Amino acid sequence: MKLTTALQGAHYTFADLKDLFAKANEEKSGDQLAGLAARSSQERIAAKWLLSEITLSDIRNNPLIPPEQDEVSRLIEEAVDESVYRQWAGTTVSGLREWLVHPETNSKDILHISKGLTSEMIAAVAKIMSNLDLIHVSGKINAITSCRTAIGHKGTLASRLQPNHPSDDPDGVRAVMYEGLSFGVGDALIGINPVIDTFESVKRLFDVMNEVVEKEGIPTQCSVLSHITTQMKVAEAGTACDLFFQSLAGTEAGNKSFGISVAMMDEAYELAKAHSRRGRTYGPNRMYFETGQGSELSAEAHHGVDQLTLESRCYGMARRYNPFLLNTVTGFMGPEYTFSGKQIIRNALEDVFMGKMHGLTMGADVCYTSHIASDQNDMENLGVLLTAAGVQYLIAIPMGDDCMLNYQSLSFQDIASLRQTLGKKPGHDFARWLSARGLFHEGRPSERAGDLRVLVGGR
Amino acid sequence: MSSQLEQLLKSTPARLHVGGSVMRPSTQAMLKMWADHAAAMDTVFGDVNPQVLEPFDLVWLQSRAAETKKIYLARPDLGRLLHPDSAELLVEKGTQGADVQVLISNGLSSEAINENISDVYPAFLQSCKQYGLSVPQAFYIENGRVALMDEVGELLKPKAVVIFIGERPGLANPASLSAYFCYQPRKGTIEAERMVISNISQQGTPPLEAGAHLGALMRKIIDKQASGINLV
Repeated sequence: MKLTTALQGAHYTFADLKDLFAKANEEKSGDQLAGLAARSSQERIAAKWLLSEITLSDIRNNPLIPPEQDEVSRLIEEAVDESVYRQWAGTTVSGLREWLVHPETNSKDILHISKGLTSEMIAAVAKIMSNLDLIHVSGKINAITSCRTAIGHKGTLASRLQPNHPSDDPDGVRAVMYEGLSFGVGDALIGINPVIDTFESVKRLFDVMNEVVEKEGIPTQCSVLSHITTQMKVAEAGTACDLFFQSLAGTEAGNKSFGISVAMMDEAYELAKAHSRRGRTYGPNRMYFETGQGSELSAEAHHGVDQLTLESRCYGMARRYNPFLLNTVTGFMGPEYTFSGKQIIRNALEDVFMGKMHGLTMGADVCYTSHIASDQNDMENLGVLLTAAGVQYLIAIPMGDDCMLNYQSLSFQDIASLRQTLGKKPGHDFARWLSARGLFHEGRPSERAGDLRVLVGGR
Repeated sequence: MSSQLEQLLKSTPARLHVGGSVMRPSTQAMLKMWADHAAAMDTVFGDVNPQVLEPFDLVWLQSRAAETKKIYLARPDLGRLLHPDSAELLVEKGTQGADVQVLISNGLSSEAINENISDVYPAFLQSCKQYGLSVPQAFYIENGRVALMDEVGELLKPKAVVIFIGERPGLANPASLSAYFCYQPRKGTIEAERMVISNISQQGTPPLEAGAHLGALMRKIIDKQASGINLV
């Protein structure tokens, strides 16, 4: 494997594959903080060039984090479909990129070869792709998953309604639910970040959501984004939990900092598949994950590996559990990992591409904190780019301002206007419900849409 | 408006029922959101008003991330360390082995200092006096992070350190202050050993109340010789 190259009259040498991977990333403050980033723009391109020429077997044969040291590495390695891999082992990273962007290559082809690729191979190709490469290829791939409802159909843009409240107040949660639903938001899921991660609090939030969903007959799924073990207890005590949520990291040590392991997630997955409640029927996909570039570094669990590659490894772990959906929260992590709107946009495009390459149903929290050099316009731009990239769902909150987590995302109005501007519809079942409630008419928001009184008054 | 609707809207600070169309919010609602974000940005990038701090005779120090806000935001590791010149000054002007060492830093919100320090700090000093705690010369640290208290702990060996520091601003309140404190912070202190009173502001935990309560907490951690997870 070649680690030396010349570009524009200068020579570049990289210490190992890990070094080459890191330096081939677009500029990210998290790689700089970790001391892994390219030292100049030319070195970055030299690294991309070299990386483009190595083969997929080079990547597999030189593990960045040896499987003996890390259970996420083991899990990714063991999941490789050997017969698919053998056909692609001799292909270069450049060859993979050119095949992906080829007009004849379709979703089915990509989802097939995905089984033979490791997360590191998928990360490698993302590094040598331009933004439009990422958008174009993401747009080709679509995986459909199913929990209470199915999402991911071509031509749809679903959304997560996030009715957070600074003290988990039930009325406050209901108010935001009604408002979001009236805009046609909430088809992917209704998911709350709890203030307090206790059995009582998590159960109460499930109860509040389940009550509204049952009363109104809303075809969606509910989730409380607590630690997985709290949800398991709540489910075992008899509360309907449609989705089982957990944040994931791309290394064993990173997951340890989240208080989870592969064994624990295996157990949660078994419980989730078996968990049902009277009156609810479920498809095979019951897990929900969030990830974000930088979480491993923040836990000092990155093993000297760049944050894009670690993010890809999260998806490698996620696919073991056939999740209903997964979204990146890049932009929430802080300026030390993602400095600016430009970096947020790039990370989100990479994440959605890499997730879809793993066969996942991918969403994004298009978001930023107030100490990142970004603003609402950057988010609206990214909303357009991701919708064009066929992102399967986006998170939305009232006016893009989360009054509990203190960060900014997209608004309910943004979901409506993204669908309208780019010709997308809500998820099929949800669209039927919206029509039945008079909130949509002929596939578009009706005159009554966007007014929570339609739902509050109707009770 | 029906009373049920009114009750629902009152139950959350979320921006609901803002007017406009289903596609785009009203101009006013949009500009209000932008204005609140602008205030949050300005408090991150703004400066502390020296006149507010003048009555407290603070010695001004710099972290290693004081050069620019960009460095401060991108390099939290540097914000946890004192600039070498400042470390020298700290030892020169500071008192060894006091009960409580006070640090004040702009952190992520200069407005949090501007708006709250004049209330919280005197109330804290008064409270410490009542509890018989010695509080020597305090320091202002430009662009500091919470864990900078560890280096100060190493250099001055106080029993406890408290740092008043501006929080990451949210749109609802860009001027919220936190007081982090720890018993004998040293190099290698883990986050779980630190304690915090957060959301100190006119809309949150009232600064006078927070200052008084903090004095009692100092007495407690010094008497128990432990803080955070070690405090049982």
